[in-house]
Amino acid sequence: MIRALALVAALLATPAAAALLPGERLDDPKLEAMARTIGKELRCVVCQNQSIDDSNAELARDFRRIVRERLLAGDSEAEVLRFMTDRYGEFVLLKPPLNSSTIVLWAGPFAILALGGLALAFTLKRRRHAAAATPDLTAEERRRLDELIGEEPGHA
Amino acid sequence: MRRVVFILPVVVFITIAGFLAQGLTRDPSELPSALLDRPAPEFDLPPLEGRDDHGLARSDLGGEPMLVNVFASWCVPCRVEHPLINRLAEEGVTVQGINHKDKPEAARAWLAELGDNFTHVGADRDGRASIEWGVYGVPETYIVDPAGTIVYRHVGPLRPEDVEETILPILESIEQ
Repeated sequence: MIRALALVAALLATPAAAALLPGERLDDPKLEAMARTIGKELRCVVCQNQSIDDSNAELARDFRRIVRERLLAGDSEAEVLRFMTDRYGEFVLLKPPLNSSTIVLWAGPFAILALGGLALAFTLKRRRHAAAATPDLTAEERRRLDELIGEEPGHA
Repeated sequence: MRRVVFILPVVVFITIAGFLAQGLTRDPSELPSALLDRPAPEFDLPPLEGRDDHGLARSDLGGEPMLVNVFASWCVPCRVEHPLINRLAEEGVTVQGINHKDKPEAARAWLAELGDNFTHVGADRDGRASIEWGVYGVPETYIVDPAGTIVYRHVGPLRPEDVEETILPILESIEQ
């Protein structure tokens, strides 16, 4: 069991910054750490589902180089991200920013969940009322029911 | 009231289905240019070695509508679209070229073989100028208006329909 779990864990573990070549790393460890953080947040526009740190595409390599160039030039993390979104748009950010145009994306699932919850509550309440509203049988109806049940099975 | 409750899921379904159907006609991997309706970026590229040219820079843009075509000799779709580029140039459209991450000998041979109608060609050896333009693949074609503003970007090779239905109309509309 432990071995199976270990195997699954090993298979699921994505190597961090898989595509980064040793020669790309900056000498300053603080700047390199910043570059890695930024690298995880930028989308490789060619592969589109990988970060630039994970993608082997040549454009990803160029982006990684630019991130480090900008950091060496003194840009902050926010300024580097701005540099990229100025040229490639918000899509280049792996985490969509929260603003007026993305509010539907962020809040949508919760809104739909809330709506579904309301609909469910409404339906359950209706059902309970419907069950409670069924009147009891009158004496006349009870007598007829006993008569009918008293008949042998198979008769209409 | 009960009718409304029954109709509502159908309405929701049709609305979502409508959006999804419209989405099917679009290419999700195609990025809109972040530079649309903004001035073309600053850049200054040297000429393609051996070509009688001063290169391509921001100052070469503006004054008239023009196309900026990003191409490379190693790019197969560029080869396919190049006859269209040539035809546009022959019809009087000014076409500038950005040679993207290419070897000068290879680019020169490619142009000699397929025809060189570029007004100017900038050699973007390391691809940095292309990144200023927001280029993420080759070929790409930009339409720049007389004020130097990017008004359109076409990703991928130009097809005759693209030229007829989009490029030429836009060029005409920015003529002033």
